[in-house]
Amino acid sequence: MKPFSYHRASDAAQAVARAAELPGARFIAGGTNLLDLMKLGIEAPAHLIDVNGLGLDQITETPAGGLRIGTLVSNTALSADDRVRRDYPLLTRAIAAGASGQLRNKATTGGNLLQRTRCPYFYDTAMPCNKRLPGSGCAASTPGAVTRPLGVIGTSQACLATHPSDMAVALRALDAEVGTLSADGARREIPLESFHRLPGAMPEHDTVLRPGELITHVTLPAPVGGRQLYHKVRDRASYAFALVSVALILQPDGTGRVALGGVAPKPWRRPEADAALPRGAGAVMERLLEGARPLSGNAFKIPLATRTLAALLKEAA
Amino acid sequence: MAIPHPVPFGPLARRAAFATPDAGRGAAPAEDPYRSSVTLTVNGTPHRLTLDNRTTLLDALREHLHLTGSKKGCDHGQCGACTCTVNGTRINTCLSLAVMHDGDRIETIEGLGSAQALSPMQQAFVARDGFQCGYCTPGQIQSACAVLEEIRANIPSHVTADLTAPVQITEAEIRERMSGNLCRCGAYANILAAIRDVAEAQA
Repeated sequence: MKPFSYHRASDAAQAVARAAELPGARFIAGGTNLLDLMKLGIEAPAHLIDVNGLGLDQITETPAGGLRIGTLVSNTALSADDRVRRDYPLLTRAIAAGASGQLRNKATTGGNLLQRTRCPYFYDTAMPCNKRLPGSGCAASTPGAVTRPLGVIGTSQACLATHPSDMAVALRALDAEVGTLSADGARREIPLESFHRLPGAMPEHDTVLRPGELITHVTLPAPVGGRQLYHKVRDRASYAFALVSVALILQPDGTGRVALGGVAPKPWRRPEADAALPRGAGAVMERLLEGARPLSGNAFKIPLATRTLAALLKEAA
Repeated sequence: MAIPHPVPFGPLARRAAFATPDAGRGAAPAEDPYRSSVTLTVNGTPHRLTLDNRTTLLDALREHLHLTGSKKGCDHGQCGACTCTVNGTRINTCLSLAVMHDGDRIETIEGLGSAQALSPMQQAFVARDGFQCGYCTPGQIQSACAVLEEIRANIPSHVTADLTAPVQITEAEIRERMSGNLCRCGAYANILAAIRDVAEAQA
């Protein structure tokens, strides 16, 4: 690991001010993804700013009837909150499907969203990767590459990685927004829809956050009710990334929302696919995965997603 | 990429780069931006250390405090051999920097029991033969204790059927919650039996 200086911040304004003073600084909260990547030499920040002392670890009710989740709320605490279990069960289900008990205890809400997109070749520093080293090429696109875990839609020639978060898939279906603070005092509320970016020619940027911009909270709108189900299909029963995951909110009148994990560089949802829900899983997936560019090793994800949604629709009916 | 300061090589240099017990609070960081002082309360005893910022909590426990019960398996949060509780919550100590735990209470396997006075979970692992080589065992036992606490605290899991009812201690719940601890000897069935024994004895 490269040496770095370490700084503790005591409030959000101080944290962003410090980040502005220290080029190459990264915020660290749970650290479960960042430290992993630093050990591998994939991330090498010159400075770490510890944000655990910011006090942003509360879940409070908003005037609009929703919840404001402090960025430091742990994945465990968020999944166990009584209001979340009652009004946003999709979120509890998605969080509980991810990682291990130890990791959920440490991982934070903001940090979960900032996990780097996953691909075995991003983690293999002996191989070219445009995300890790821009312009070096994409090992996942070479003949014989292992493509089973890779994305089928929203990917680019430069990058085929998927976003690994389960929590983010639920937040996408729930229309969450990400609140941020910058050093100039500017605050943004970024819809989760536009928070993660598609790789295009610049896969090194996973999100629209600007350098030094800090996530302070995530806002959930008022509960939407309905049956809320999350199903994750993976290669082992627990503690594995999704091959495909499906978040479903189904209302009694047959309308609803669908978001997918494991297939794209961001939680994947399209309004035109939601609108097809009354016509069944096949109609939804035709629209949701239109334009997909599956590879021989991951083409199974498309029928798998359709069948998983069909099973959920049956369960929710 | 330029390295910001000379990197020492060799065992002596390595020793110099690592921690020494530090009497002067906060003295070292002012001199060296790559080191910080931290107080860790481990098994009830406070320790003041000045550490290279890169030192994980696991390495601080093993290499600096010589509490070698916590094991380094994968060093990437995948195997759970390093599991300890911090402020009452189990975490992977390999994926956490020691300097981020100033003032925290850390419990290691050494704090749970001793060879002369095993804790109930340690006794159950012995009685049920819940290990073979033993390398993963400290982490398994730390997780096992925490799993029962997490269920009693009504934290839901992936296999919890009803999110609004109190979580029950079942075999499925224990299995799911122990998935962050790997055992290459495959002692899972006996580990599960040991945890069930303790849960039933505490019920």
